[in-house]
Amino acid sequence: MSMLNMTRRHLMALASAALVSGAVMGTAQAQETIKVGVLHSLSGTMAISETTLKDVMLMLIEEQNTKGGLLGKKLEAVVVDPASNWPLFAEKARELISQSKVSAVFGCWTSVSRKSVLPVFKELNSVLFYPVQYEGEESERNVFYTGAAPNQQAIPAVDYLAKEEKVERWVLAGTDYVYPRTTNKILEAYLKSKGVKSEDIMINYTPFGHADWQTIVADIKKFGSAGKKTAVVSTINGDANVPFYKELANQGVKATDIPVVAFSVGEEELAGIDTKPLVGHLAAWNYFQSVDTPDNKAFIEKWKTFTKNDKRVTNDPMEAHVIGFNMWVKAVEKAGSTDPDKVIDAIVGVEVPNLTGGVSKMLPNHHITKPVLIGEIKEDGQFDTVSQTDALVPGDAWSKYLDGSKDLIADWKDLKCGNYNTATKKCGA
Amino acid sequence: MTMQSVLDRQSIIVLLLLGAAAILVPVLNVAVDPASPFHLSDHLVPLLGKYISFALLALSVDLIWGFCGILSLGHGAFFALGGYAMGMYLMRQVGPRGVYADPILPDFMVFLNWKELPWFWHGFDWLPFAAVMVLLVPGILAFVFGWFAFRSRVTGVYLSIITQAMTFALMLAFFRNDMGFGGNNGLTDFKEILGFPIQAASTRIVLFVLSVAALVGGYLLCRWVVSSKFGKVLVAVRDAESRTRFLGYRVEHYKLAVFTLSAMLAGVAGALYVPQVGIINPSEFAPANSIEVVIWVAVGGRGTLAGPILGALLVNAGKTWFTGVLPEFWLFALGGLFVFVTLLMPRGILGAAKDLWAHAGQRLKSRPISEPVSQAAE
Amino acid sequence: MTSLRTFLQAFVLLVGMAAAAVAGPYEDALPRFAADSYADTEAAIGAVAGSGHGQSLSLVEALRDERLMIAAGQVYIRDAAGKFVDAATGQAVEPPAGAKPVRVNNRVRRAIEAALGSMTLLSTDAGTRLDAARAVFRSRDAAALPALEKAIAQESDADLRNALESARAAIVLSKPDASSSQKLAAIEILHARGDQDALALLSSLPPGTSADVSEAAAKAAEGIRSRLALWSAVQNVWYGVSLGSVLLLAAIGLSITFGTMGVINMAHGEMVMIGAYATFLVQEVIRTHAPGLFGASLFIALPLAFLVAGLIGILIERTVIRFLYGRPLETLLATWGISLILQQGVRTIFGPTNREVGTPAWMSGALELGGLSLTYNRIAIVVFAFAVFATLLLVLRYTSLGLYVRAVTQNRRMAGSMGIRTNRIDALAFGLGSGVAGIAGVALSQIDNVSPNLGQGYIIDSFMVVVFGGVGNLWGTLVGAMTLGVANKLLEPYAGAVLGKIVLLVAIILFIQRRPRGLFALKGRAVEA
Repeated sequence: MSMLNMTRRHLMALASAALVSGAVMGTAQAQETIKVGVLHSLSGTMAISETTLKDVMLMLIEEQNTKGGLLGKKLEAVVVDPASNWPLFAEKARELISQSKVSAVFGCWTSVSRKSVLPVFKELNSVLFYPVQYEGEESERNVFYTGAAPNQQAIPAVDYLAKEEKVERWVLAGTDYVYPRTTNKILEAYLKSKGVKSEDIMINYTPFGHADWQTIVADIKKFGSAGKKTAVVSTINGDANVPFYKELANQGVKATDIPVVAFSVGEEELAGIDTKPLVGHLAAWNYFQSVDTPDNKAFIEKWKTFTKNDKRVTNDPMEAHVIGFNMWVKAVEKAGSTDPDKVIDAIVGVEVPNLTGGVSKMLPNHHITKPVLIGEIKEDGQFDTVSQTDALVPGDAWSKYLDGSKDLIADWKDLKCGNYNTATKKCGA
Repeated sequence: MTMQSVLDRQSIIVLLLLGAAAILVPVLNVAVDPASPFHLSDHLVPLLGKYISFALLALSVDLIWGFCGILSLGHGAFFALGGYAMGMYLMRQVGPRGVYADPILPDFMVFLNWKELPWFWHGFDWLPFAAVMVLLVPGILAFVFGWFAFRSRVTGVYLSIITQAMTFALMLAFFRNDMGFGGNNGLTDFKEILGFPIQAASTRIVLFVLSVAALVGGYLLCRWVVSSKFGKVLVAVRDAESRTRFLGYRVEHYKLAVFTLSAMLAGVAGALYVPQVGIINPSEFAPANSIEVVIWVAVGGRGTLAGPILGALLVNAGKTWFTGVLPEFWLFALGGLFVFVTLLMPRGILGAAKDLWAHAGQRLKSRPISEPVSQAAE
Repeated sequence: MTSLRTFLQAFVLLVGMAAAAVAGPYEDALPRFAADSYADTEAAIGAVAGSGHGQSLSLVEALRDERLMIAAGQVYIRDAAGKFVDAATGQAVEPPAGAKPVRVNNRVRRAIEAALGSMTLLSTDAGTRLDAARAVFRSRDAAALPALEKAIAQESDADLRNALESARAAIVLSKPDASSSQKLAAIEILHARGDQDALALLSSLPPGTSADVSEAAAKAAEGIRSRLALWSAVQNVWYGVSLGSVLLLAAIGLSITFGTMGVINMAHGEMVMIGAYATFLVQEVIRTHAPGLFGASLFIALPLAFLVAGLIGILIERTVIRFLYGRPLETLLATWGISLILQQGVRTIFGPTNREVGTPAWMSGALELGGLSLTYNRIAIVVFAFAVFATLLLVLRYTSLGLYVRAVTQNRRMAGSMGIRTNRIDALAFGLGSGVAGIAGVALSQIDNVSPNLGQGYIIDSFMVVVFGGVGNLWGTLVGAMTLGVANKLLEPYAGAVLGKIVLLVAIILFIQRRPRGLFALKGRAVEA
């Protein structure tokens, strides 16, 4: 770099410093804030699920501010609408980080939206907290996965059905995208390792927003009448669930005959369905609104006050944001800075109470420990917890049931690697 | 045909503006100090690049809709196919840097337990081949589709609806994981292009300049087409298809040629779009996207070539701005804009501006006789 | 003070009774309900059901309805009015503090069903007996056999007798100590029954079944299988018809606004959505103010949905569409904008999440017809779709409005010269199309999400139907919808849901090449215009 250039830069910096200090003088009232990005779709197909998460973030930030903010500064939410459009997610992430200068981003729901923003977070070195259960097979330095990995949801649910309901025949029904595909692959491998034969597993994929379930529900009924106890493991996504459950109810598939355990159906989704015919069908999550703990009660109370609607329900991804946000706050306090590098180093090992009475911990693989709860749908659209793991289950970034990833582990603390191969002892090979 | 007929006054303005953008954007981004208010921040470069590729897509739609009366509600399909061809090249460039570190197979194939590369992925590790495919794949699809449709004289809304069916069917197909294009996640997490890291600021600038160059090229090509004799026949087809046929022109040949050309332009736009946004997935095939392209054209001014460029830039800049500033209400603004433009500016912004210009000019020249003229115009 | 005294009295009584009661299986089972373990509860249900105790039926019913309460290790039955009865003694008691219902899961629910079945086989009510017979058929509980025999001997109704006999057959077949001749007779009964459940029983004989029985069962199963295959083809056609009527409902309003008026109405789906939200509103009001009317909620919603969607349609026509006649492609752009506004408007008012629209009791369940299972809500939708179609056809053919609409469609200027107020007819026709879309929304709210995205899911299919059938022809829309529905459902078992749909779309594209103006094309010069 030439001398001339240096001086010009210097001058520029001086000038801008003068400008900034002038601005500060002029608006002595306006305090410097820490900005937090909220990247959830408020329109388009995913608005149905994601809008709630935006509201939760606003509530958490407001609450933190009444507690005195963070590092002596107020928090400020920057909300944008990526409109359920995947490239727009990347664009908005870039805008939040480079233009709004946010310290962390809480957002995304679908896997594809996360995949779309990943390169942006890596490039601009920021932090993303991703609150939804997902397919695993990923661990990035800049992302913290506060939702469940498959081993924190799917496998315990299958174990429960096999043990408690004596299920021997399995229908794995899902929407055709990566989360169901991975989950079903893991489950298939897992079930086969438990001695289930191929002919006792039926796998079915449907497109997004599938609305006509007559044939498939009839097929499930047929598959279920082979004399062995049958259950459906559903990874059917969002919009398609309501018609699916309506068809189940209409064709008289009762939970006592063929129970359906779902991984994407929570309180929010059930709020749109008449649940009386669905009593007894199951869901596996890490949180239910019905969990009876003081923390949860207080949270539900705050949520209803914040939304000024005492019918609003809470659900698992909301809890994930609560945990993620509290972890971030703790990590920032620990690091004494919102600098992403410092936060990423500080956050591993941070423990915060979750809403189900345990203490969740951020692991070196950027996943967290969570309890696994199995609940049955009740008439009022809530879940009755019928089974809960004794201890918190640590999330696996890489599944040991898949060929491609059985040797991989992630460790951002010591190995500094998201895909360390324990067989070859190399990172990324 | 002379140079003058291609380069009319409007074209010169368009070219000057685009040329200025191609020079100013890099200069403001690289040479101006980041603290200066004139500095163009890094995140705006790929954003502008995206707008430019959308402008090229809008241009391709205007070529057939504005000059030949073919309203395609499926042009997003050609755009996405071009994008996928580019995406496949970028995916192959990832090489062993994927999470599963397979030297050949992209991550999603490893994950689906595929043992070898499907046949249609071969060759895409070589950019020239991918570049040819960017043109050929949309071109062939358009040719086959158009050959059937125009030969059997499917016109008007019928054509629009079947183009929509085409893109919808392709969307469903690409959503399928078994197709071998990455399913819903599509292709993403690209590393480099021709050995240059794809996220580097310099690569971004080069891509931006290339996009502008492609837009300029596309614009000149379209100008040349519409000002040629071929273009005159197209306009004749647009205005009176049967009459043109009775005059002895093989209408379907003209339509087929321009439709295929337009699809190839859309493919190029898609190929430039993908490296700049970093992802291509089946939602690009969504019918709503194709409808939106038509709206850019309508907003800017149909049948003007410059209008669609303006429309694409304005609507997309508006979208970026509104989704940030009015996240809850931007759809009202966008929807309102479409209604407003169709009702009050039937010829788009450019058309309205021209009317205004002409009106003002006329008023200055001869005040008394302007009244009856304007009435007749209504 | 009085309450304390009654409490004391009750307490004394209770202690006395407990001491007096000879501990039988019923009394022994009670504490297990208080153990808060599903396995204990399940075992206790079996014991209670087999005890023959006078309280056992009401106890199991209470458990089913989550009215069986535990407090301090004691078990109580709470009745619908909230009064508590001690389960052991049957004495009314004061509600104990901290009473919690015994928790129930699927396993317990199954045990309850089986227990209720075996206990109510001899009920005086025919409906209860039928339910009981079905429950026993499912549970195959050998303990119910004596009661079953007794019930069969007493039964006079033929259908009920059949149900009871197949229940007995189910038990006999899975009972290891039943004789071969009993089992063969059971197989015969199940073969005659011939449904999916019978097949399940026949193909899962317990190990150690003798060879002749297995052979007979295999033969019977084969017979049922081929019979079911035949029925399943018919069933597929029915699915197709029912999908077709959904498509018909979605598309029929469009065939007026698009087909006859030439407006490419992209906001059509949003009219359907508005109809669904109107249903939601009606049900909300009924839930809070007149729960008794719930069964009629859809009928109340129909006119309302028609009016609301129709009025919004007229408003759109008057403010936007009327300036765009003769420019069909521009109506596409404007109505697309309108659809965005309507979607976001609904999202702002009602929130982005799904809204619950309940199914009235008369629409739940299924009609078993031979090997067919026709769900009542699908039957209702099919009937409703055809009724809407017929009404619309009659309106267009026999009313003056219909006459005017046809006249304006065929030749606007001529119709105007004849004194028809074309403006008004345009508005009314658009309102009619939108209103019909609104009532389609009432029906679709029964099978789909009621969310702001509802309409988007139907818009493309609707256009396909109208274009395939031929623009401007109601009959074409009917035939188009049914063809696409049935074809889709016949393809689905072979190609899967996604490929089936792709194949169908390609088929439509190819079909349009053969018939560029659809199945029922309008003829004449008007077409070129």
